[in-house]
Amino acid sequence: MTTTLSGAVAVENFSFWYGPKQALFDISLDLAPHAVTALIGPSGCGKSTFLRSINRMHDLLPGARSTGRILLDGENVLDRSVDVVNLRQRVGMVFQRSNPFPKSIYDNVAWGPRLNRSPSRSELDDLVEQALRRAALWDEVKDRLRQSAIGLSGGQQQRLCIARALANEPEVLLLDEPCSALDPIATQRIEELLWELKKDLTIVIVTHNLQQAGRVSDRTAFFYLGKLIEHGATDQLFTAPREERTEAYITGRFG
Amino acid sequence: MITLTVVAALLATLPLVFILALLLKQGASSLNWAFFTNMPKPVGETGGGMANAMMGTVMLIGVASVIGLPVGIGAGLYLAEHRGARFASVVRFLSDVLNGLPSIVIGIFAWQFLVRPVKQFSALAGGIALGVMMIPLVTRATEEMIRLVPDALREAALALGYPRWRTSLTIVLRTALPGIVTAALVAVARIAGETAPLLFTAFGNQFWSTSFMHPISALPLQIFSYAISPYDEWHALAWAGALVLLALVLVISLVARFVTRSKFGAGHD
Repeated sequence: MTTTLSGAVAVENFSFWYGPKQALFDISLDLAPHAVTALIGPSGCGKSTFLRSINRMHDLLPGARSTGRILLDGENVLDRSVDVVNLRQRVGMVFQRSNPFPKSIYDNVAWGPRLNRSPSRSELDDLVEQALRRAALWDEVKDRLRQSAIGLSGGQQQRLCIARALANEPEVLLLDEPCSALDPIATQRIEELLWELKKDLTIVIVTHNLQQAGRVSDRTAFFYLGKLIEHGATDQLFTAPREERTEAYITGRFG
Repeated sequence: MITLTVVAALLATLPLVFILALLLKQGASSLNWAFFTNMPKPVGETGGGMANAMMGTVMLIGVASVIGLPVGIGAGLYLAEHRGARFASVVRFLSDVLNGLPSIVIGIFAWQFLVRPVKQFSALAGGIALGVMMIPLVTRATEEMIRLVPDALREAALALGYPRWRTSLTIVLRTALPGIVTAALVAVARIAGETAPLLFTAFGNQFWSTSFMHPISALPLQIFSYAISPYDEWHALAWAGALVLLALVLVISLVARFVTRSKFGAGHD
């Protein structure tokens, strides 16, 4: 990894189809490095589809196809020559429902680093500790790293999933409604965490919770029916939206 | 309605209770240490055992597992991971047909291709016949177990950069492993008592044998030949053999249950 890589993502004229059904229409959007971008919009508006295109999670879906470009540090990630394994290590992902492997806490975090490299025991220990510290989970689990991850609370499991993604040292972190199944306290911890993490990462978060978008994000993009309606600085988008549909959504008139 | 279903549930367990009681009554008296260590004795002598038949059953199960487990688990993994593919539905259907095939047909098939050409009954032929019976059992059970692995786990591994095949082998198969081990044990228990496929393949043998290339005895075969004999001593031994066979199946089933509840089992949440 060289220092010129910044984790900047530029999306150009991106369209996406599930078979005959077009889900995204001509999206162009820059995701700023070292900032949190929130994707908002009513259910089925394509924001999750968009998120999952960035690390090519659609690859295995039969009938999925796309046009346009998604540039990560200037390289088109949709290009067939791009190694998807490498891409997914550079672009980490956290899902709506926490999905730790039914293994120990330690093994969950070590899972990514073990894939390509064969780190020594002590290197791996360091990597695991670092990732758990960055995910603000270390103090809670340091005495029970060998216990099953399934025994953790929902919020802890979700932070473990963040730690697991961080252990790959990604440039970009994608979060797909990471707090929708969590209580307010656990949600707050994750939001504080994102605030810390954005110092070194490009963070993109899909959320149904507009207050959350307002709290954690620097920039917000509003999707509606597969189209990007409006995007801009979060303050500006929430206080003075340019588009009528944006205003209608954020004031709760639909969605 | 509830009364009817409770009665049905009782009726469902009743045969096992009766069989167990009968076997204990008829077989327990002939069951002693000699039964496990001694060879069959000629008619008229008392105290013969079934050591050779037990060895034979172990060897036949071994051969069957070597064939049935890898093929069955591999096929089950394929069916679960490519559930929509046309080839998968063909395999699934044929697997169910094979599962429903009378075991005597599999015995005749094995005789035609494994015994007749070499003009020699053998443990190998018997084991292969049992292995063929195991394949659909293990295939379908493995598929079911793997389907229980939440998609979220697959996605988690894929999102960490794991290629699809490594995701299947490490996360999916490992998560489903307790269930697959259970399925394998149940399949073993199922074939351990099979007689029909062995009649023209393993054939049976009154003597001690550990050769895969020669006829061999097995518990169900020995029970069969003793039970149809006219001698009371042999009838008693057949009962004892049946009791041992039931105990074997029971133990395997208990181990299977125990494995299912292992610490890092497929249980999620």
